[in-house]
Parts: sequence; structure tokens; C-alpha cells
Amino acid sequence: MRRTSFKMTLLKLRESQIMKIHYLTGICAVFFVAIHILFRVVMPFGQSLEYQNVIANYHNIYYVVLLELILIFVSIHGFNGLRIILLELKQSDRWESIMTILVLAAMIGIIAYGTRTIIVGSGL
Amino acid sequence: MSEEQNKIKLRVYRTNYSNDYSPRFDEYDIAVKRWTTVLDALLDAKAYSDSSIAIRYSCRMASCGSCGMKINGKPRLACYTKISELNSHTIVCEPLANFPRIRDLVTDFSQFFAHHKKIEPYVHNENVPTEVSNNDDLVEFKQTPEEVDKYLQFSYCIKCGLCYSACPTVATDAKFPGPQALSQAYRYMADNRDDGEKKRFKIIDERHGIWRCHFAGSCSNVCPKGVDPALGIQLLKGHLMGVSKHDKKIARVRTKEE
Repeated sequence: MRRTSFKMTLLKLRESQIMKIHYLTGICAVFFVAIHILFRVVMPFGQSLEYQNVIANYHNIYYVVLLELILIFVSIHGFNGLRIILLELKQSDRWESIMTILVLAAMIGIIAYGTRTIIVGSGL
Repeated sequence: MSEEQNKIKLRVYRTNYSNDYSPRFDEYDIAVKRWTTVLDALLDAKAYSDSSIAIRYSCRMASCGSCGMKINGKPRLACYTKISELNSHTIVCEPLANFPRIRDLVTDFSQFFAHHKKIEPYVHNENVPTEVSNNDDLVEFKQTPEEVDKYLQFSYCIKCGLCYSACPTVATDAKFPGPQALSQAYRYMADNRDDGEKKRFKIIDERHGIWRCHFAGSCSNVCPKGVDPALGIQLLKGHLMGVSKHDKKIARVRTKEE
């Protein structure tokens, strides 16, 4: 019952609230991806992708938090963008509800799988 | 336009959906002068070449918004477009895009007006009686010129549908209210006599509402009255996001003594 009401709350968000989240996650994603790129250019690019350097990154707690934030912001922003495209593709209440639920489920799935990868990589 | 170039070829889109005719273009040679408008040319063709051409027009001075059509690929008012300004010897007239077609250049505005009506384009104010039988009960508001300036340009809209026809979102999303209705929502929000913004915000802040505008700006590009619907939509978005300064105080009703 509680899970249903949580799902319904997400589905019943006003479009302006969703778009606020969309714009904020977009700005945050640009900011954190810029930091991520700066992290990569402190050493030659090829060297930064060597096995021990990648593992070392995953063991740096600040870097792990950064990766998790990027994952969350990019997923929310990207999947909402996909939802908007799908809504414009066809106009019917049934289609819109199904697409919103599917996109939401895919977003949660991607965040969960990405978080798992980050946790496994970091050895937490 | 020189004297030798005073003949143009008018290509008119012809069809009749009730008779299931396949669409075609008919061509007419029309003699034009420097001041001849596309509507003049169409009426010339209708009077002297083919009386069956269907056109909707009324005022002939860009006030009624009836003669909107696609002229050389761009939505324009036929009465407001001089042939000399098009710099072409072939003028192609087609019905407005994004509207259901009825016959030849005549389109169906039902959906367009339904969107306009949906945003309740009139002043909401609980202090004003909706039905007045006695003239003494009529009220008026005190409004400064600065307050009028906030919405004045949007009140110039003549509902010609050119912005609706140019909008790429309307082309793909039939539920999208379109630039005309949304800019009118802003017009009443900016009007300090109106206190119905909460109601109007609920109408436009939904899945197929204002947020589906991708700011292509085509609406402002084609408006024959100088209205900037794209600006109205962006300002309205700012208010919905809570980033715009919102200092509207509802205007006071003028008392009998004043």
C-alpha cells in the first residue's frame, strides 16, 4: 500500500516540479562531469585508464561519491528527457502512464546496477 | 518591381475534403502593382479566373486574422503580405499547417479556439460581479500605464493562428495548447486586474502543457502583430519555476467617489 502511494506520488508530480528536477540535475551533471574530466587530466589520459589507476580511483571515497552523484544526476536528467520524447510521440493517457512507469523503472534499474558496480569496484 | 515584371504566377492549393478530391495546385496569371497584396491577387483570380477558389477573409487590414495561409512556405496574413515584398514571380498559397483542412485555403480552427478557451482568457476577479443588470453596478480598476505595459503587447493578438501553424511542437503534439493560448495565459497573469493565476497555472502546468515548448521561436517570427509569444511562454515558465520576481498586487476597484 505504501509502495503504491509512493509510486502514485511520483506519477502525480506537477510538470513544473519534474522540470525543476530536470534542470537542476542537468546543471549538477555538467558541474560534476567537469570535475570528473579534470580528475582525468591530472595525468596522461592513457595512464589514467591503466588497471591499477582505475582501481585506485575506486578506492578514493571522494571519487566514489562523485561517480555516484554523476550516475544519479545523469540518469534522472537523461531518463526524464526520454520520457518527454515518448510523451510527444503519441498522446493517450494509457501510453503516457505506461511510458512514465517504464522510464521510471529503467532509471531505478540503471542507478541500482551502477551503484552496485561502484560498490563492488570500491571494495566497500 | 519594374513595369515589365508586373505579372505573377499565383499557385493555389486546391482540394475539397468532403468530395474526396486529390489535392493539386492551380495556376493563375495575375497582373499586379506595387501595392497589390496576396489577398488582392487571390480575389482577382476568384473574380476573373475561377470562382470556386475557397478563401476565408474579412477585414483586409490585418485586424480580423481570417486570411492566414502559408505563402511561399511561411505562415502569413494574405491581406498583410504585399506581393512586391516577396521578391518572387511565383506566389504559392497553401492552407496553414497544423490545422485540419476543409477546402482549398480554408482550415478548421475548432481545436485552436478550444485551446484558447481552455486557458480561460478573461479577467478573473472575485471583486467584480460577473453579471451586471444595472449600469451603476459596473466597476472599473485603477491601473497605471506601467502596469498596462506589462501585458499590452500580448493583448494585440488577433487569433490568426499563424504562430500555432509555425509551432513545431503543435505539429507533433495535438494536446499542446500552442503559443497563442500560452501567451494569452501570460497576458492575464501579467494583468494586475486578474487574480486567476492559480487556476490558470493548473491548466497549463501538465504533461502536454507549457513545458513541451522547446523554444524554437517560430511563433514570434511569424506574428503579424508584433506579439512575442515565445517571450510570454518563457516568462510564464519563469513564474512557474519560481525564479521570476513576482510582485503583482491585484488592482483596486475604483470607488464611485473617485
